[in-house]
Amino acid sequence: MSADAKSSAGGLAAATLAVYALVCVAIYGALIWAPTEKTMGFLQRIFYFHVSSEMVGLFAFSLAFIGNIVFLTRRKLQWDWLAVASVEVGLIFSTMGTVAGSIWAKPAWGVWWVWDERLTSAFVMCVLYTSYLLLRRLVDNPERRAVISAVFGAFAFLDVPLVYFSIWWWRTQHPGPMILTGKLAPAMMPMFQLSILALTALMVLMIQQRYKLEKLRHNFEELRNESEYIQQRGAS
Amino acid sequence: MTPAGSNVGLTRATFSVFSKELRAEFRSFELLTSTIVFVLIVVFVFSFAFSPTHEDTRRFGAGFIWIALLFAGSLMLQPSFSRERPNDTLGAMVLAPIDPFAIIAGKMLANFFFLVLVEAVLLPAFSVLYDVSLLPVIGPLAGVMFLGTFGIAVVGTVFAAISAQARMRELLLPLLLLPALVPVLIASAGATAGLLADPPDLPRTWIFVLIGFDVVFLTAAWLFGGYLLEE
Repeated sequence: MSADAKSSAGGLAAATLAVYALVCVAIYGALIWAPTEKTMGFLQRIFYFHVSSEMVGLFAFSLAFIGNIVFLTRRKLQWDWLAVASVEVGLIFSTMGTVAGSIWAKPAWGVWWVWDERLTSAFVMCVLYTSYLLLRRLVDNPERRAVISAVFGAFAFLDVPLVYFSIWWWRTQHPGPMILTGKLAPAMMPMFQLSILALTALMVLMIQQRYKLEKLRHNFEELRNESEYIQQRGAS
Repeated sequence: MTPAGSNVGLTRATFSVFSKELRAEFRSFELLTSTIVFVLIVVFVFSFAFSPTHEDTRRFGAGFIWIALLFAGSLMLQPSFSRERPNDTLGAMVLAPIDPFAIIAGKMLANFFFLVLVEAVLLPAFSVLYDVSLLPVIGPLAGVMFLGTFGIAVVGTVFAAISAQARMRELLLPLLLLPALVPVLIASAGATAGLLADPPDLPRTWIFVLIGFDVVFLTAAWLFGGYLLEE
C-alpha cells in the first residue's frame, strides 16, 4: 500500500469514527437527554430519528437532482456518479424514516399506515427512486445510462416538493409542520438540531464512499472493455 | 425553442409527426383495437371480482375507469418509440432540421388522441354495463377526462422514450409510469367520483391538481425531452 493510500485510509477511518461517535451521541441524547413530551411520553422520542431521517433523505434527493441537471448540461460522468450515490443513500434514509414513522403511528393512530397526502407522496417518492435504480441496471451503455437516468431523475424529483409541502397544502392525518412554524418546544430544538447534524454527516460520508465505488466500477468497466477489444484484435 | 439550423417551426413539425403517427396507426389499427379490447376486459374483470351494486358503482366506478385507463395507457404507449427501432426511423427523424421536442410533442398528441378514442368506447360501455347515466354530467366529465388523459399522454410519452432504450422495456414502462401517475390517478378518480355522486359535484381542488400536474410535467418534458433523442 502506498503512503498516499495509507493516509487516505487513515483519514477515512478517522472520519468514519467521528461520524459514528456523533450518531451515538445523537441517539443517546434523543433517548436520555431530550425532555419527555407531555401527551405522548417516551414514544415521542422517535421524532428525533424519524423527522431527521426523512429530511436528510430529501437533502440527498436534492443533491441527486443537482447531479442530474449538471450532468445533462456539462456531460461529465462525475455528476452522474454523484446522482446515483445520492439516490441510493437518500432511499436508505427515506426508508428508515418511513419505517420509524410507521412504528410511531401504530401506538399513536392505532394503525401502521394511512393513505393521507404526506404518506402517499413519500411512498410514491420511494417507489420512483427505486425505479430509477432499476432503470440504471437495464441500460448497458454508460453514457446513455447517465442521460436517460438523469432525465428520469429530474421527473422523479418533481415529487419531492410535493412530499415536503403536502402537510402545508392539505389537512393530513400526519402532524402538520412544526419546525418552521415554531410549534416544536424550544427545549427539544437542540436535540433535533443535533440529530439533523449527525444524520447529515452520516449521509455525506455514505455518499462520498458510494461515489468512490461508482468511480471504481466505471474504471473497471473501461478496463474490461479495453481488454476485450485487445483480445478481439489479437484473435483476428 | 427552435435550435440553430432548424428551418421548420415547432407547430408545423409537431403536426407533421402527429399526422405520421396517425397514418401509421390507421393503416393497421393494431394498437387501438388491442387497447380497446384490453380496457373492456379490465372493466368486465372488475365487475366479476367485485359484483358491485348500484351504490358501489357510484363510489368505486371512477376508480375502475381510471385504473383501466392507466393500465391501457401503459400498454398503448410502449410501442410509441420502440416501433421506430427496427428500421432506425427515430434516428432519421432526429436528423431532420426540426426542434427535437417536436418529435416528442407530436407523439404526445397522437397518444393523447388514441387514448381519447379508447375512452370514447370505454365510457359508453361502462355506463351500460354498470347502469350509471353519464349524459347529465358529460360536459364536466369530458373536461376531467381531457385533463387526466393529457397528463397520462405527457408523462407516458417521455417515459416510453426512456424505456425504449433499456432492456426488458415492456416490463419497465409500467414500473416507471404507474408511480409517476399516482397524482393523476388520485385527482382524476376524485373528480370523476364527485361527478358520479348523487347529487353530482365537481371538486375544484382536484381540477387544480390536474391542471398543475399537466403544466409542470409538460414543462419538464419540454426542458428535458430532447436529451432522450440524442444518438
